[in-house]
This record gives sequence, C-alpha cells and structure tokens, in this order.
Amino acid sequence: MYRYIMTRVLSVFPTLIGAAVLVFILMRLIPGDICVVRLGSGGGSFSEHSVQMCHAELGLNRPILLQFASFVWGIFTLNLGNSMWSGKPVVLEIATRLPISIEIALLAAVIAILVAIPLGTISALKQNTWLDLAVRTVAIAGIATPSFWLGILSIIAVLDITQAISGTPWMPPIDYVPLWQDPIRNLSMTLLPALTVGYRYAAVSMRMTRSTMLEVMREDYIRTARSKGLLRRIIINRHALKNALLPVVTLLGIEFAFLIGGLVVTEQVFNLNGIGRLFVLAVQNQDYTLTQALVMLVVVIFVLTNLVIDLLYAWLDPRIRFA
Amino acid sequence: MSVSAPFRFAPQATVDDVPPVKRSAIGMVLNFCHREPIGTFGMAIVLIIAVTGLGAEWIAPYSPTSNDFAAMTEPPSWTHLLGTDQLGRDIFSRIVFGARTALIVGFSSAIVGGFTGLVLGVGSAYFAGRIDMITQRLMDIMMAFPLIIMALAIVAIFGTGVQNVIIAITIPLIPRCARVVRASALAIREMPYVDAARVCGYGHLRIILRHMVPNVMAPFLIMLTAFVGQAILAEASLSYLGLGVQEPVPAWGLMLQGGAEEYATTAPWIAIFPGLAIMLTVFGFNLFGDALRDALDPKLRDR
Repeated sequence: MYRYIMTRVLSVFPTLIGAAVLVFILMRLIPGDICVVRLGSGGGSFSEHSVQMCHAELGLNRPILLQFASFVWGIFTLNLGNSMWSGKPVVLEIATRLPISIEIALLAAVIAILVAIPLGTISALKQNTWLDLAVRTVAIAGIATPSFWLGILSIIAVLDITQAISGTPWMPPIDYVPLWQDPIRNLSMTLLPALTVGYRYAAVSMRMTRSTMLEVMREDYIRTARSKGLLRRIIINRHALKNALLPVVTLLGIEFAFLIGGLVVTEQVFNLNGIGRLFVLAVQNQDYTLTQALVMLVVVIFVLTNLVIDLLYAWLDPRIRFA
Repeated sequence: MSVSAPFRFAPQATVDDVPPVKRSAIGMVLNFCHREPIGTFGMAIVLIIAVTGLGAEWIAPYSPTSNDFAAMTEPPSWTHLLGTDQLGRDIFSRIVFGARTALIVGFSSAIVGGFTGLVLGVGSAYFAGRIDMITQRLMDIMMAFPLIIMALAIVAIFGTGVQNVIIAITIPLIPRCARVVRASALAIREMPYVDAARVCGYGHLRIILRHMVPNVMAPFLIMLTAFVGQAILAEASLSYLGLGVQEPVPAWGLMLQGGAEEYATTAPWIAIFPGLAIMLTVFGFNLFGDALRDALDPKLRDR
C-alpha cells in the first residue's frame, strides 16, 4: 500500500515538470518579440532602451536554461512575477479570484454527483423503459449543450420570471461574499453558474454510471448473490454499486478538469470575477506571465485531483491496494 | 432417405465457417439505419447540417453580413424566419452560413487531430519499448491540459481567426486520440497475423498501414465523430469569448457574444437560435457516434 502511494505521489513530478516545459516552450513560440509586440501595440514609437528594460524585467536577457529554472523555482515558491497588464503580482491576482471559482467548481461537482449516480443507477436498473429513455436523453443533451448558452438562457429565464412575479427583474449580487458569512447572498450568486457548468459533468457521469452498472449487473457474482436469496436492495448497494462506481470515480477526476475549463466560459456569461475570467482577460491582453501562471495552475489542479482520485481508488478497490 | 443421407453426418456449421458477406456501402448504411433508429436520426441531423453548410449561398435568403437598419431586433416572421439581430442581420441566414464555419473547423480539427493521433498511437504501440514510453509520457503531459485551456493558450500565441482556431483545437485532440488508438493497437500487435507479416519480412510501414491501422478503424471512427462534436463546441466557446472566429465571418458562438445578453429580455431570439443550432449539431454527432459504437462494437450493443 505505502509502496503504491509513494510511486503514485512521485509520478506527479514528471508530469508537472513536463507540463512546465511545455508551457515554457509554448510561451516562447509567440512569433516576434513579446516586448516589441507589447510596446508597439499602442501604435506609438519606442526606444531600443525600453525594449531592453522590458527584457530585463521579464528576465528574457538571461540564458534559456536559467530562465526555465527560475520559472520552475517560481512555481514552487509561488513567485511568478508581475502581471504584464495590471503590474500586480500574478499570485495576488489569482489568489483574490480563486475562492469563487473553486466554490463554483466544488458546488457543481457536488450537485452533479448527487444527481448523476442515483439517476444513472436507476436508468440502468430500468433499462429500456421510458424512465431510462428520459435519463439518457437528458444526459446526451447535457453533453451537446454549450454551457455558456445554457447560462444565457437561465439568465433570460430568471429575469423574465422574476419580472413577471415582482415587476422588477432580479439581479444577482455583484460582489463576492464567502459562503460562511452570508450563505444566501453567496448561493444566489454561485448556484446558477454551478448548475449550468455542472450539467455536462452530471451528464457524463450519468452515462458512465449507467453503462458500468449495466455491465456489473450481468456479472456472475450478482447472479450468485441473487440465487442466495439476498434482498435486491442489498445486491444493488453492496455488490453492484460498489463495483460499478470505480470507473465513475476515475471519470469524475478527469472531468473535474473539464469543469475548470467550463468555468472559463461560464464566468464570462455570469460576469463573475473568477480565475476563468482572469484567464480570458490575460489572453485578450496578451499578458503572458499571467497566462502561463494560470495554465500551470489548471495543470496542477488537474494532476492533484487525479492523484487524489487514484489514491481514493486504491482505498476503494482492494485489488489495487494489494497488487 | 437417399436425399438427406449425405447431410446427416455433415458437421454443424459454426460461426467461423460462415463466409464473410461482402456488403455494398449502401447495404451497410441501410443495415445501420434498420438496427440503429436513434443513430439514423443523428445521421440525418448531421446530413442536414452538412447540406446547409455546403449550400449556404442557395439556402440563405439574405447575406449573412448585410445590415438592415430598418429591421433591427425584429421578432421571427415570414420575412425574417428567425428574426434579426441588433444590427439588423437576418439570424436564419447567419445560422446557415455559421454551419459552414462550424463544419470547416469541426472537420478539419477532428480529421487532422485524429489522423495525427492515429499515426502516433499505432506507431507507439507497434514499436513499443522506449519509443512507446516517450510518446506516452508526452501524451500524458498534453492530457493534463483541459481542451479549452490548451486551445486558449494556443490562441494566445498564434492569435484569433478561423485558421488559428483550427490549430488551437487540433493540438489538444491529438493525445486524446493517440491514447485510445494505442490501447486497441496494443492488442492487435499480439495477433498472429502481425507476427506472420513480420515473418514474411514486410517493412514496418507496410505492417502498420496494411495490418494494424485497418483493425483499429472501429474505435478510431467512433472517436472521430465525437471529435467533430467536441471541436464544434470548442469553436463556439472560443468564438463566444471573442478569441475564436472573428467578425465578419458568421459563427454560432460569435452570434451569442455581445448582443445576446444585452437583448436578453427584449429580443431573446438572438440568444436562443444560434445556441439551438450548436446544440442540435453536437447532439446529432453524439447520437451518430453512439450508434456507430454500438454497431461496430458488438460487446457494447446492449448497453
């Protein structure tokens, strides 16, 4: 067990370093000189001296390996330089916006899991009934619906409905308050985005639960359990679901990264000041220091979620633990 | 007695003895339609979108870029089937031309990304050893970037526009294809006919192209359909963010940008129809892909 945990934890580093190399190379693939592009974007003229100043500030005048070393060192020490656009430290820019994004992502994940696993299971148990068909349709629509469009539609719906009821359209609060300070105010801001971004997450996990559940229900040990005369409820909960959920757990880990990606678009729709929106602003403003920091952040979140999922997997599945 | 005697001791025909039926392409399509009604519905959607995209000039009643300032934010009517947007452009015509953009981006990204992944996946499985390890680690690293995040990072480098959006969506699709193809190819590598081909002294390229690639076609085609849907969705997202296809090129995601939210209560059709077009198209590709999987992979048929 400890051996498995150690190997798995250590395997995180090659991926992270590889991703750092990739991000580092990508950001240097930008055609032309970043500084010239930045300084020239206003249309005005600039001196050779200001280009050199800019190079020195970004550390571009140093040898490439040294630049990479300081980039990696910066990731570990959380010193990723200043945003090229606002001038504030990148870490500060991210830290102020991270809570709302994390909250929406977690909220979406919780809602999705609570919806997906029961519905997926029921759908499998009632295969080829109208209920199954309904669940499958909802699920496949969830994969096809763009989350930003769903967001726009839900905004229209909320505006129209509240206007019809109270005469004035209801607007969600603009500034973020933590959940523990004012839960109602907080949820009125985050619930709708969480639902729209979580729909796809729920849809994907629902399909996976259904398909693994169908597979497991055909296994010999289920037939054995049934012939022993066990209650159907016990067969489903203890024998089937436990085994069927293993691949679902893996999928939840992989899809969590998609959720973060979905936030990029959803935050734009709901005008939320989270990291997704920051990412779009960074790309729009050609803020490369901020872009590379945000890309690395997403990769770190992805790698760590999958690490947790894999460890969880070992805990859930003795076959891995003792292998 | 004399007639049936020769047959009495004839060995029972097994599945292996049945000669493979050579079916024509039309026969295969008809068979698919018969067995997969839902998939056929998906295929029909895909075909309608494809025809719309190809014949946009003949189908659209107006130019997608011409403004009619006398008819701004008009509700759907017989003159403007799906209404007009805030600049007086006919929404139906823009959706029709948008289908072309969506299909160009969707198919180019899926095909280029898919085939690159196919080559990498089969090659990686065939050569095994160190080449396989290096390729797989590289794919692992690329997989750590969510599709839209990597696409945005690539847009940050190359800039916006149709061509760059295609590049931005193609690159993250490569590892996703390579991984699935490799898994299938690993099993095929161990097949006796691959050994036989090797014994015959065939070159690597011939074994890969003639013996391995055709046998991973089933999972590959399934994935390709899913990729087209994903790519269309990604293009719409990028365009919606203002970092994808740029005006005046008509694109569904672009139509939802700006006006859609501002006119949410007064002219909801601006927001509703382009989104519906995206959803329907991706829905069609997903249904078709699912049915294709069921048809090509008998193990999954009842799921």
